[in-house]
Amino acid sequence: MFDSPMDASLETQFTGDCLPPVDVHDGKDAVMVKAELPGMKKEEIDISLQEGVLTLSGERKGSRETDSGGATHCERWFGRFERSIRLPCEVDAKTVKAAYTDGVLTIELAKSEEAKPKQIKIQFN
Amino acid sequence: MNTVVNTLEQAAPAQPAALETEREYIRPAVNIYQTQEGYVLEAELPGVNKEGVSVQLEGNLLTVEGRRTAPALPETGLFYRETSDANFRRVFEMDPAVDTAKISARMEQGILTLTLPKAEAAKPRKIAVA
Repeated sequence: MFDSPMDASLETQFTGDCLPPVDVHDGKDAVMVKAELPGMKKEEIDISLQEGVLTLSGERKGSRETDSGGATHCERWFGRFERSIRLPCEVDAKTVKAAYTDGVLTIELAKSEEAKPKQIKIQFN
Repeated sequence: MNTVVNTLEQAAPAQPAALETEREYIRPAVNIYQTQEGYVLEAELPGVNKEGVSVQLEGNLLTVEGRRTAPALPETGLFYRETSDANFRRVFEMDPAVDTAKISARMEQGILTLTLPKAEAAKPRKIAVA
């Protein structure tokens, strides 16, 4: 289901049975990362940033106790996941904002001053 | 005997989705549990909130649709993409034992949970031997 072609430059790494689909957007001032993780609790998602690699991890648990019949149809995945994403540029680790709404995790990482595009003034004689 | 309390089965959409709009739909991942009261169906609809979800019953076909409300990431500057903006749609064939008047739905963090209780007459009952 999530067997999208891997972009070599992204150097994603993952462990676990399955991994959440991720989008990475390289904006002017910030890098936005979006991950689809339906049915979790905010507290169950771990986000870490180290040396330009953003790691999302946690455990997706079944939300209900099944009665005697059990699941008659099973397509959702549960279990531990860990996904590391190499960011396209340097970010400021102090200003990372994350939100979890409608099962979608959104992380906004402000670019460090060095990584922002700069206008170079050229003086003509 | 088993067929009397058959589970919900997947059915092909009554008409191709492409006829309605040009957009394609995503088939959400679904778990169906059988409980003592009936069935519980969980569908994964990430990016869809309560207002964006619709559950419709027509004859014995139950249609679940989810429209994403969150703004999509701008196309320019997209570095890597695995998700889709397409909406969700899936049709299920209902077990006739389900009491359609008592179906309830809940939406929480992108998971739609449908509770489909069986009519009293369809529930298993223990008959005492005199």
